[in-house]
Amino acid sequence: MAFFKAKNISISFGGLKALSRVCFEVNKGEIFSIIGPNGAGKTTIFNCINRFYDLDEGSFRLEDQDISRIKPHTVAGMGIARTFQNIELFKNMTVLDNLILGQHRRRRSNFFTETFFARSVREQEIESRERAEEIIDFLDLEAYREQRVINLPYGVQKTVELGRALAMDPKLLLLDEPSSGLNVEETEDLSFWMSDIKEELGITILLVEHNVRFVQQISDRVLALNFGELITQGTPKEVLAHPEVMKAYLGEEDAAASS
Amino acid sequence: MRFIMKTNYYQDIRLFKYRSTFFWYLALVSGSLILPLLLDEYLISQLTFICMYAVAAMGLMLLTGYTGQVSMGHAAFFAIGSYTSAILTSKGVPFILALPAAGILAGVVGILIGRPILHLTGLYLAIATMGFAFIVDEILIRWESLTRGNMGFYVKPPSIGSLIFDTEIRFYYLSLVILILTLFAARNILRSPTGRAMIAIRDSEVAAQAMGINLAKFKTIAFALSAFFTGVAGSLYAHKLFFINPESYTIILSIELLAMVIIGGLGSLHGAVFGAAFFIFLPQVIIMTRDYMPVYLQNQTGLEPALFGLLIILVMLFEPMGIYGRWLKTKYYFEMFPLYKKDSFKREKKYQKAERR
Repeated sequence: MAFFKAKNISISFGGLKALSRVCFEVNKGEIFSIIGPNGAGKTTIFNCINRFYDLDEGSFRLEDQDISRIKPHTVAGMGIARTFQNIELFKNMTVLDNLILGQHRRRRSNFFTETFFARSVREQEIESRERAEEIIDFLDLEAYREQRVINLPYGVQKTVELGRALAMDPKLLLLDEPSSGLNVEETEDLSFWMSDIKEELGITILLVEHNVRFVQQISDRVLALNFGELITQGTPKEVLAHPEVMKAYLGEEDAAASS
Repeated sequence: MRFIMKTNYYQDIRLFKYRSTFFWYLALVSGSLILPLLLDEYLISQLTFICMYAVAAMGLMLLTGYTGQVSMGHAAFFAIGSYTSAILTSKGVPFILALPAAGILAGVVGILIGRPILHLTGLYLAIATMGFAFIVDEILIRWESLTRGNMGFYVKPPSIGSLIFDTEIRFYYLSLVILILTLFAARNILRSPTGRAMIAIRDSEVAAQAMGINLAKFKTIAFALSAFFTGVAGSLYAHKLFFINPESYTIILSIELLAMVIIGGLGSLHGAVFGAAFFIFLPQVIIMTRDYMPVYLQNQTGLEPALFGLLIILVMLFEPMGIYGRWLKTKYYFEMFPLYKKDSFKREKKYQKAERR
């Protein structure tokens, strides 16, 4: 049984077929990448998993449970966390508050105990804080702990967003172009963290990425997409050597020249 | 400068971060307790108005400043609070029950109105809430058997047990206590998951949803809370004035509340209090200074509103974070003295915000 399974997923916006009958399976504990040119429908897959869009057809199954018709805010409760292509942090909050917010789904307090900040609420807050500190430690964010996100450099913001997703203690992590806008050094850090996330925390990662070298370096398996249709999937080597993939990235003539 | 050696995590979330903060708030509270003994009746009543507008503005602050939902209909919640309390006490219900009832009814109406319109944002939400205020206003005028319409409604001075709040100074203490209680409740909610969820919704709805925050639920909570506090303030208002009629609850009141929140500084509880003080106190100060102005200005009609308007424009121009922003800067200046740099609060200009898709 596959850990995560997308079956025949299709969605169209007006006349545009953004995804047509795409199928793939992700095994537990692997890094699975989705590549493809701009507009291929990569982020759309994420937005469908997050239930921001309704699928026209097909389904997603996580550990054999259908998650393609649930409410958007319950997706997090299923153990799915994500980051966004254009950083969607809570930018007027501190790094710490962002990380604590990532743990929202574990909230046990209710409105009335919160009004009086009862003992149970205080304990819960301190627990969240401890978890946040673990993540700060994991991602080397100590220096930025109390700073407001809006004042941080781009690379750090990306890291904070990764941290916030980790704070959710997910089973499946969706990363939408985590390396875009990062310099070489930051990208290297990121690939270390990703293998740590995979090996130490045992979290399965679904990745959308443009940086082919990065994908090749860290992915277990890759899926290539163009105009909403699946071109091919397999190991990074196989997929990147596939003539259709080359064509999608480089255009017809170049592909012919290189083959 | 101040460095604190932190030894446990609770230090970061407690109500008063430093012992000195606690001391200053204690000083402020005792100051507010002593102050009315030194002032005449008129000024005490102005202080009372500051307290109750601060409660209402705080309600709106939770919705607009913290959850990011603009409301131009808060006069309606204020009116609901006023009339509920007035009608209940006239039927013999004690004030101590009528006050929370006013808040609760306003809160329930807040849920009913918030629920269907909460997917609206920005100006669209503002207009929708304004429409709601018009409806409430009309109901107050037409439902004469209950509200006595434009004739107005006489309200008794409030009493708790044998204690009757019929003098200015007693009523002031009542309002002050309620202001402190509501501030305490709001502060607690804001440092708990509910408050954080509200702020998250303000900063990014998409991300909030991906974190598992139920947008509909928390927006409704924000609406209800906000309406509750504003309703409580409305109840105080009715008992302060002894006489209410629908004319006191027009769109002007909604806009004033919104202006208080923005001038005070969006996203801070201090801001709500500062905003209320600005709105009540400044016109008084302008009137008082009139005597010291040159003769040709003294005789100018309509001077107070004009000056007041001008001051609002100046605050907006030079202090986008509102009075609270100015407060923070002043505090920082003294904390850092003599190292304060003028550019400490200058925002770094961002040129590289990634907007590619």
